[in-house]
Amino acid sequence: MTKRRSLISLLSACLAISACATLGDGEASRVDVIRNRGELRCGVSGKIPGFSFLKRDGSYAGLDVDLCKAFAAAIIGDPSKVQYRPLTAPERFTALKTGEIDLLSRNTTFNLSRDASGGNGVSFAPVVFHDGQGLLVKRNSGIRSLKGLKGQSICVGSGTTTEQNLNDAFQSLGLPYKPIKYQDLNQVVAGYLQGRCQAMTSDRSQLASARSGFERPEEHEILDDVLSKEPLAPLSSGGDQQFSDAMRWSVYALITAEELGITQANVDDKLKEAQENPDLTKLRRFLGVEGDLGSKLGLSNDFVVNVIRATGNYGEIYNRHLGPDSVVPIPRGLNQLHRSGGVITAPPFQ
Amino acid sequence: MKRKRLRWLEIVLAGLVLTLVGILVNNLAVNLIRTELGLSFKWLWQPAGFALSEHTLPYQPGDSTAWALLVSWLNSLRVIACSIVLATVLGVGAGAARRSLNPLLRQLAGLYVGLIRQIPLLLQLLFWYFVAFLGLPSEPMAPVGTLVSLSNQGIAILGLNLSVEFSAVLVGLSVFTGAAIAEVVRGGLDSVPKGQWEAFRSLGIGETLGMRKVVLPQALPAILPALSSQYLNLAKNSTLAIAVGFADLYAVSDTAITQTGRAIEGFLILLLSFLALNLLINGGMQVLNRIVVRPAQRT
Repeated sequence: MTKRRSLISLLSACLAISACATLGDGEASRVDVIRNRGELRCGVSGKIPGFSFLKRDGSYAGLDVDLCKAFAAAIIGDPSKVQYRPLTAPERFTALKTGEIDLLSRNTTFNLSRDASGGNGVSFAPVVFHDGQGLLVKRNSGIRSLKGLKGQSICVGSGTTTEQNLNDAFQSLGLPYKPIKYQDLNQVVAGYLQGRCQAMTSDRSQLASARSGFERPEEHEILDDVLSKEPLAPLSSGGDQQFSDAMRWSVYALITAEELGITQANVDDKLKEAQENPDLTKLRRFLGVEGDLGSKLGLSNDFVVNVIRATGNYGEIYNRHLGPDSVVPIPRGLNQLHRSGGVITAPPFQ
Repeated sequence: MKRKRLRWLEIVLAGLVLTLVGILVNNLAVNLIRTELGLSFKWLWQPAGFALSEHTLPYQPGDSTAWALLVSWLNSLRVIACSIVLATVLGVGAGAARRSLNPLLRQLAGLYVGLIRQIPLLLQLLFWYFVAFLGLPSEPMAPVGTLVSLSNQGIAILGLNLSVEFSAVLVGLSVFTGAAIAEVVRGGLDSVPKGQWEAFRSLGIGETLGMRKVVLPQALPAILPALSSQYLNLAKNSTLAIAVGFADLYAVSDTAITQTGRAIEGFLILLLSFLALNLLINGGMQVLNRIVVRPAQRT
C-alpha cells in the first residue's frame, strides 16, 4: 500500500515538473532566453566552404555563419556572442526541436513538409540563398548550355533527387544523355576529373565548393542552366512568434540595407545623416532614430544598426564568402536584388 | 529414450523459430499499417523516370520501373557470366601453374594469389576503375592494330564495344575470384596422390597430357563443390558494381527505392532476383557435377 502511494506521489511529482517545464517554455520567448544567457547557440554545417567552414585558426566563416552573427547582433547586440554547433544533416532537426540550439543556419532547403505543423513544424526565416541543381563542365569543352550536353555522359550521385531532376530536365528538352551513377559525391568528382564524364551535376553551391578543392578550379565552369529550386533559409523550432519575427526582420534588415546602399563602412555616417536630417523619415525609421519598429519586435530600437555594423549588408556578406574574389565564387544570379534582376527583396520597414 | 528427448528438442526449436518469424512478420505488418504504407507493387508499372547508361534491350526513361529492373538484371547477368568464364580460365591457369615444374611460373602464380587475396575486393574495383581504366587517354589508342582500341570512354575488342564500367567490374571480379579459384584448383591437385604424378611422368607422358588425362579427372571431384561456391560468391560480389558506376541490378534498385520510397518491396525483389540467379548457377554446377564426377567415381 505504501509502496503504491509513494509510486503515485512520484508520478504526480514528475507530472508537475514536466507541466512546469512546458509552461516555462511557453511563457518566455527564445529571445529572452538568449538575452539572459548572453549567447546565441547556432547550428551550422562546418563542412561547406563559402557557407560554414572551420578555418585554420579554429573560427567559423561563411554566409551561414555571418547570419548567426547578424542574429546575435540583433538580439544580444554583440555579434561575437555566438556558440557554433556543427551538425550533420540527420541531426539538425532533432537538435533544433530539443532546444539544444536556438536556430539552424545550415544550408537547409525551405519546403512545405518541413514548414508545416504536420511535418517538421519548424519556422523558416526568409530565403538567404537561392540554390538549384547545376552542371559543372570543363571550360575548354565548348559546352555552354544543356543542349551542348546532347548524348554526353554526365556523372551523378545515385539515390538522391538529383538524378530525377537531371532526367526531368533532359527529357523535357528531348535530349538523350548517359548518366554515370556513383554512390557519393567524392566518386562523382573523381569520375568527372578523370574525364569519364563531360559534366557532373549537384547543387550549384556544392559544385562551387567541390571546385574550390580542384587543382585548377579556373578550368571548370558552372553552367547557367538551373535544373531545380533549392531555396536555403535559416530556421527556428517554430511556435515562437517573437523569435521567428526577430529572425525574419534581421534578414530583411540585411536586404533593405543593401537596397538603401548602407554598408558596414558607411553605417555610422548614415546614422549621423539620419539624426541630423529630420526629413529623411524612411532612413530614420529604418535605423531606429524615430518610431518604435525595433521595440515592436522585442529588440532594441536600433537593432538594424547593430546588425549592419556586425556583418555589413546582404550583398557584402555574399561577396565576402561567395563573390568573385572569394574562395568559392558563385555568380549571384537569382540572389541579386530584385532591381538587378534577382529575387532578393524585403517588405517595407513601416 | 534418447530419441524421444531429441524429438522434443526439435519441436521446441521449431516453435522458437516460428515464433521469431511470426514476430518479425507481425512487426512489419503493424509498422506498415501504422505508417500507412502497406505492401504494394503498383509502382513497378509506373514510368521509371531515370536513364540507364547501359542496356542490352531497348530502354527509355519513360519505360516502367519493372522494365528498368529487368534490363539491369540482364546487365548483372552479363557481367557475372563473363566474369565466371574469365575467372575460371585465370584460376585454373594459376592453380596449375603453382604445381608446374617451371619455377618462374610457380613464383608468378604464387605472387598473384598472395597479393590479390590480401586486398579487399572493393579497393580492387576502385583501383581498376579509377586508376587503370579511367587513367587511359580520352583519345582511343590502338596498340595491336584495329583489333583492340582502348580509351577511358570505352573499350572495343574485335568490334565488340564494352563500357569502362563493365570492363572494370569484369576485370576486378575475375582477378579477385581467379585467385580464390587458383587455391581451389591447387587443393584439388594436391588431393591426387603424388604417385599418380610420378607414374605418368615415368611413363614419358608429357605434363599437359598427364594433367588432362591422369590428374584432373581425379582432382575434379574435390574441386567442383568449392568451385561452385566461388561462383556463387562472385555473383553476390557483383553488387559492388555500384561503387564504380555500373548500372547493375543493385544500383538500379537503389535508385528505384529512393524515387518510390518502396524500400521493403524493393529489397524483396532484389532478394528474389538474386535467389533466382544463384539457383541458376547452382543448377548449372549440379549438372556439371553429374556429368564430370559420376563417371570419374565409377571407374
